[in-house]
Amino acid sequence: MSLNRRDFLKMMGGTAAAITFPSVMIQGCKRALEKAAERTNVIWIQAQSCSGCSVSLLNQVDPDIASVITEYISLNYHQTLMAGTGSKASGVLEDAVKKNRKDFVLIVEGSIPTKDDKYCTIGEMDGRIIGAREWIEKLAANAKALVSVGTCSAYGGIPAAEPRDGSGNPTGAISFANLMKGKTVLNIPGCPPHPNWIVGTLLHVLLKGMPELDDYGRPKMFYGKTVHEQCERLSDYKAGKFAKYWGDAGCLYQVGCLGMDSCCDIPARKWLGGVNSCTECGAGCIGCTEDVFPDFGKRGVFKHLNARNENLVKPEHRVPAFNLRNGGIFNG
Amino acid sequence: MAKVLIDPITRIEGHLSIEIDVQNGKVVDAKSIGDMFRGFERIFVGRNPLDANQLSQRICGVCPISHGIASSKCLEGAFGIKPNNNGRILRNMMLGANYLHSHLIHFYHLAALDYVDITALLKYKGGDSKINNLKSWVENELKVKKGRADAMTAGAPFLPRYEGNFYIKDVDTNISAIAGYVKALEMRMKAHKMVAAIGGRAPHAIGLVPGGVTQVPTRAMIREYKKHISEIQDFINDVYMEHVIAVAKTFKDYFKIGAFTNFMSYGLFDLDNEDKKFMLQRGVAYGTKLGAFDPNKIKEQVQYSRYSSGSNLHPYDGQTVPNPQKGGAYTWLKAPRYEGNAMEVGPLARVVVSYLSGNTAVKTEVDALLKMFNADISAVFSVLGRHAARAIEAKLIAAELRNWIDELEVNGKPRSTFDIPESGEGMGLVEASRGALGHWIRVKDRKIANYQAVVPTTWFCGPRGDDGKRGPVEEALMNTPIADPNNPIEAARVVRSFDPCIACAVHVVEGDREIGTFKVC
Repeated sequence: MSLNRRDFLKMMGGTAAAITFPSVMIQGCKRALEKAAERTNVIWIQAQSCSGCSVSLLNQVDPDIASVITEYISLNYHQTLMAGTGSKASGVLEDAVKKNRKDFVLIVEGSIPTKDDKYCTIGEMDGRIIGAREWIEKLAANAKALVSVGTCSAYGGIPAAEPRDGSGNPTGAISFANLMKGKTVLNIPGCPPHPNWIVGTLLHVLLKGMPELDDYGRPKMFYGKTVHEQCERLSDYKAGKFAKYWGDAGCLYQVGCLGMDSCCDIPARKWLGGVNSCTECGAGCIGCTEDVFPDFGKRGVFKHLNARNENLVKPEHRVPAFNLRNGGIFNG
Repeated sequence: MAKVLIDPITRIEGHLSIEIDVQNGKVVDAKSIGDMFRGFERIFVGRNPLDANQLSQRICGVCPISHGIASSKCLEGAFGIKPNNNGRILRNMMLGANYLHSHLIHFYHLAALDYVDITALLKYKGGDSKINNLKSWVENELKVKKGRADAMTAGAPFLPRYEGNFYIKDVDTNISAIAGYVKALEMRMKAHKMVAAIGGRAPHAIGLVPGGVTQVPTRAMIREYKKHISEIQDFINDVYMEHVIAVAKTFKDYFKIGAFTNFMSYGLFDLDNEDKKFMLQRGVAYGTKLGAFDPNKIKEQVQYSRYSSGSNLHPYDGQTVPNPQKGGAYTWLKAPRYEGNAMEVGPLARVVVSYLSGNTAVKTEVDALLKMFNADISAVFSVLGRHAARAIEAKLIAAELRNWIDELEVNGKPRSTFDIPESGEGMGLVEASRGALGHWIRVKDRKIANYQAVVPTTWFCGPRGDDGKRGPVEEALMNTPIADPNNPIEAARVVRSFDPCIACAVHVVEGDREIGTFKVC
């Protein structure tokens, strides 16, 4: 199945207005298939990851994941999906490094440990076990574009969180952009990111060039608005109707929803092709697309130990949008 | 001595390596090596206990639902509450759907490429347009990229791969399995729609909380969930099961390869709120000898693990102090032991324990397969036994989902409520698709004082215990024939049959004279 203009626009949330569709997308003739063989090479490295971003990618529909990897990109290295194991796998990385190939996009999933390379190793080169950090540095020197998929890679995420006892992060985990100081890294955060964000951003880069980014390196077309302003429960908020407990009707602000301070389009886009969303299901946003996730300074995801409502600052008294970075907000 | 390193073992979740010593074409020693450490348990300490419920799902992106449930259960223990009926049932429905996703992904997208020959597409003569598209794709990939700088990755991600005379030869079987691979992508995605219908999203469901879930079982939610069951169930019964049988018929040797005979199951799907009644039984089995399970007999040992903290501790008192350079240690995995024994966990463990417990549904399925292959019960202690157990489980779960829906109180509360006490402790036991999963928490001053997760892969991919005895994967690799140390696909098949959730490397050592280092996959 090939991607038509309508699907592409749908995936972009309708924000990428006029797109002239390239002939490479026309399927069915030999020329198109030869063109397809020239689709962009992708090397996808998992460092300190849980593979959740990759699993989320598999949930891509319109175009489905099989079309994505046979028609739009060439997934040369992806540890979870590739047939090759051992040298057949690491040989692909070695080839990209040693032959000085400049024809691939480097995607990193997971944070990168810096205290000791042994905290994450991937295969061998020249008889030596190579750490994720070393591979990424060597590959990035050749790559034509650098992309972070997921919050761990974009900002450090949970593996980079600070233990509360002040002992410092156990593995010195950092984000891809931090490792690549000075180079542009396109961030697609989320824990996990929506598959449309991943595929849509990649296709935008391939077809239209770099999308417009916000201050945190995220494409504005997906992360340009707060969860709150697109929320299914916004009318409840405006009516002053607040849920007292998870799953109840009403705005989820008082049970800890961070949607006012977090940016993504999930309430509008929803997960799995419209099935449900973080706010619709009665749980609320945990701010997983933000650079301060999951520490939020000293606050943590949930500030109060239970969902009691007393002592809460009323929503209208707080400073909305991005206050998470300034020491935390006050909801439950 | 031929040293062969398989690093990374792909098509599993995460980073793992295994070192094997091969003499006269057989494995005589093996080490399983976990290659990644994040320090989650240390990061959790001092946080709000509720944070653990969300953060612990990020231990694994393939089975986050089981981590979320284990975490919710240990918090419930610490808070002194129980889930309500709706909460328990909705969790089972989510977990069940995630099992279907996980088992399908394991067989088709992770394990199958060890058996199925993707290049059989080139011999396809039929008229199916989808298959013909794939055929043209493979042809063009190989032709167009030939001689180019990116020739190495022609046909990615299906090529390159181990080359040898060890794939399925029958063209029709290969084509059918490849079509299954593509169809299973859609089926597992639909299983995730079912997870998201209750959990808000998948993976990493947001709606798992102590006391139950956040999603009210509305008619709309139930309709969305129900919509996909029949299609997935038909696929499991008519396609998945048939492909497992086809692999078993082609590779009968693997009924004798990869044996391990200690099994443990915490019990799958809570049928009451008392942690007593399960769809697949709780218990321990040594061969065909069944025993009761007692959580106090679980200890974690670290003599061969890269931790400087104490060894042989119960998870409540567990410590996780990393030491990457610790002498004699070779892995980031600890070695969990039950009464001092290494235990296999996972679909095979659940099926064996249930079979021995007299579970009639399991017995019917297992006996039918044993009869088909004219085999006795010992055949299940094998690579093929693991694949078959997974398929049987998927079949039984898919059949059960509708019954659970009928037990829901529609539009009723999806959870009970709680207050967080000053202090407390709790244990959350659940069966993840890969096996027995436990979370243990100590709460002090309303914060997490200690948090330990003992995950399935640690049980079966863990290293030697303090007594020097091998872990389950290490032991299962023993005596595995390796025809070609450059292409040790046999070892990869054994490791993958466990469905590990970390990345691996396998070292092969032959005799005592080093003749070279090969990397294998």
